[in-house]
Amino acid sequence: MSAVGVEWTPVCRLDDLQPERGVAALVDGVQMAVFRTFNDELHAVGNQDPFTGAFVISRGIVGSRGDAATVASPLHKQVFDLATGVCLDDESVRVPVYPIRARDGVVELALR
Amino acid sequence: MKRHLVVVGNGMVGQRFVEAMRERDDEHYWAITVLSEESRRAYDRVALSSYFDGTPVEELDVVADGCYDAEHYALHLDESVDSIDRSGRTVTTSRGRVIGFDALVLATGSYPFVPPVPGSELPGCFVYRTLDDLDAIRAAAEDAVASTRGRRAGMVVGGGLLGLEAARALRLLGMSPHVVELAPRLMPLQVDDGGGALLRELIEKLDVTVHVGTSVKAIERDRGRMLATLADGTELDLDVVVFSAGVRPRDQLARDAGLDIGARGGIVVDDACRTSDQAIWAIGECACIGGRVYGLVAPGYTMAEVLADRLTGGESSFISADTSTKLKLLGVDVASFGDALAMTPGALEVTLNNPVDHSYAKLVLSDDATTLLGGVLVGDASKYLSLRPLVGRPLPADPVSMIAPSGGGGIGVGALPGDAQVCSCHAVTKEAICTAITRNGLTDVAAIKSCTKAGTGCGSCVPLLKTLLADSGVAVSNALCEHFDQTRAQLFDVVRSSGIATFTQLIQMHGRGRGCDTCKPVCASILASLEHGHILDGEQATLQDTNDHFLANIQKNGTYSVVPRIAAGEVTPEKLIILGEVARDFGLYTKITGGQRIDLLGARVEQLPAIWRRLVEAGFESGHAYGKALRTVKSCVGSTWCRYGVQDSVSLAIELELRYRGIRSPHKIKAGVSGCARECAEAQSKDIGVIATENGWNLYVGGNGGFRPRHADLLLTDVDTVTLIRTIDRFIMFYVRTADRLQRTASWVESLSDRDRDGLAYLRAVIVDDSLGIAADLDAAMNHHTEVYRDEWAEVLADPERLSRFVSFVNAPDTPDPSISFRSERGQPSPVLVSPPTLEVVR
Repeated sequence: MSAVGVEWTPVCRLDDLQPERGVAALVDGVQMAVFRTFNDELHAVGNQDPFTGAFVISRGIVGSRGDAATVASPLHKQVFDLATGVCLDDESVRVPVYPIRARDGVVELALR
Repeated sequence: MKRHLVVVGNGMVGQRFVEAMRERDDEHYWAITVLSEESRRAYDRVALSSYFDGTPVEELDVVADGCYDAEHYALHLDESVDSIDRSGRTVTTSRGRVIGFDALVLATGSYPFVPPVPGSELPGCFVYRTLDDLDAIRAAAEDAVASTRGRRAGMVVGGGLLGLEAARALRLLGMSPHVVELAPRLMPLQVDDGGGALLRELIEKLDVTVHVGTSVKAIERDRGRMLATLADGTELDLDVVVFSAGVRPRDQLARDAGLDIGARGGIVVDDACRTSDQAIWAIGECACIGGRVYGLVAPGYTMAEVLADRLTGGESSFISADTSTKLKLLGVDVASFGDALAMTPGALEVTLNNPVDHSYAKLVLSDDATTLLGGVLVGDASKYLSLRPLVGRPLPADPVSMIAPSGGGGIGVGALPGDAQVCSCHAVTKEAICTAITRNGLTDVAAIKSCTKAGTGCGSCVPLLKTLLADSGVAVSNALCEHFDQTRAQLFDVVRSSGIATFTQLIQMHGRGRGCDTCKPVCASILASLEHGHILDGEQATLQDTNDHFLANIQKNGTYSVVPRIAAGEVTPEKLIILGEVARDFGLYTKITGGQRIDLLGARVEQLPAIWRRLVEAGFESGHAYGKALRTVKSCVGSTWCRYGVQDSVSLAIELELRYRGIRSPHKIKAGVSGCARECAEAQSKDIGVIATENGWNLYVGGNGGFRPRHADLLLTDVDTVTLIRTIDRFIMFYVRTADRLQRTASWVESLSDRDRDGLAYLRAVIVDDSLGIAADLDAAMNHHTEVYRDEWAEVLADPERLSRFVSFVNAPDTPDPSISFRSERGQPSPVLVSPPTLEVVR
């Protein structure tokens, strides 16, 4: 994820993110859902719910299924793996995953 | 070319026959015309007295939805058949119509037998058979109540099943009934002397005076009332007399047509229900089958099924009728099955007469004491379901233990042989049910009903179905989700008793993993029910689903709806104007909801605080439309305005809505208050329904609209406002503490019933009679709730930390979500949906 040439965009302070809850971010017109888990891991996935088209993934409930950190779509509750973007209820569906990091207390996102 | 079937009579049996035809006649071979002299279509005559409990006529209706929708099924009311032309194959009706038939079914039922007593034709004397009879009795009773002459008393002539039902009806009308029975005991056809004695003792405690072994000699008018003289010399001063001394088959039409008639009446039919004319059939109480006329509905139903099978090419025969009965007469359980009166030569009787708990049980055994022949149960009939199917079979256990009180080794459904009928309405055996459970993987009673039809008749076997399900090893997991093995109710107890105040503590001590969208909202709801601060504070905020998190309801395009509380639907013009202004200024779509308030839709997350600031300033507060919480208390205008209203339903509804607002519960709670029995607030379809009476309020619980509609059950009658509110307090708190996740009160109330327990009675015992000793605790919890309630939205607006969540993007807080757009429809905004991305296929 730290490949050469990645262009990072700072979006907020790490302290602005509440553990186990998401926020939406807008990076070059792309909507991302940003999550901070209980153990301070950071995840960024596409904010669009692939099942309905609505941009709502950031408002889902964060949790775990087995060992995977997850978010559930707030509309129809399909669960996505935050690390891979794969929908655990229908593995043919996924949301995009974006690079994310925290530097000096600032959360940064990249398009790819 | 269809053949024409004419059915005369639309009673319970005639209707059952039509419905059996509807199920079996797949090829639509028959067109069916039903003629009924009554003005109402078929209704439940067995439950007639419940008409006086306030059960609406519609609920007594037994006609399946859509039964007469098909073109070739027609029901004509108020039209009797006057004559049958057997050679021409026609009937002539009271309207002068001549209708041809290929087959004719007589289901004319029976008429009440009135013994030849002088005075029996006087005004004030009635029979007990139809709803019209009941209306006439009610009118006479009301006249008697209106006059103030002496004690209001009624006499029922006949102490059988129907007579005791009639006595119940008189009691419900506020009269003191006398029951006069010629035989030496009550219910002489079903119950022996021992059972009859206990039955008498139990019902005399209920203000029913019993006169057995005597008859009515004469009835005379006496200064506006009636004076009845009994054969034993007793004189009774009465307002109403009801004859309920048995029924006689209505066979006159058949007699006139020259069909064979039994020696003691009834149209003679063979075991296929065919009369002496090959094209004419008879079923139910008008038929004489195997030399007997049955005055019970169950054998009539069997005849209906047999005949429908015959007319659709089957070979069924009526063999013998199960005349077993189990009823609650005036609140006393009575059951009788098989050879209850020990008429079999050499029969032995095992009797257990328990004067302490007022129960009487008797088993009748074959002369060698190996086979069960029948029995009688009075006072406690809970063993009926497991005993009746054993009739004619070897005893599975010591007979005394079989009728001993619970805990003494009674037998369960497990002891039944496979071919024993569990559902006698549809003749479904234990084996058929068990096979269906295992073969189709059935996990609930509803699935058994749709798969086997068992339990869809009288419903009395439903508790057995539950037991069979459990005995089949169907492990219905109670675990909430992969993170908790407990149910919601168990977690509630854990949180309440341990004082755990955070989800992290709860899952570390009692669960595993990090939680999910199932257990987190459950825990959030439990913490909120137990008043652990604002729902958006600290870790609680992470548990809420998006509706609770933004205190608004998410819509399909990611916007939210806003629903301020309009308690009881009462709103001032000024507030109505504010709602209109807010909607206009923020471009919101407005719609009146089913709960008598106004929904404002299409708000973006970042608009919510500004919208609510305007609303709170105008005096609105959160309506909790987003929460599993009390939604609305719907009301009619009540006695303040309505010329029919008997109580002030609006004031009560406002009081209830303000009392219970904000309480977090397993699922949403809806309530309604109607100001009179016309029920304009539709309270009986609510979780909590209140209907005004002349004397106070009736309280109903467990109603539901929606996917599976359910009428609420009547819990209390004619109570004052203080008792009403106290009972609702306890009902809600008991529900909050013990229901499952997302279980509405309708299903929760049903779940309180099991094989040994009537759920409603249990509920009443707990929250009215305090049988568990928890009432004070429930009361305190509700009082606490009302003391700590604060408007969630006002608290959000007052707190910058909470407000900071209401942004569109963390790095562009005021930029609207570019995907949200609207077009105009009928002058209002309507969402334009963004299509989902082309789904990426993984690998």
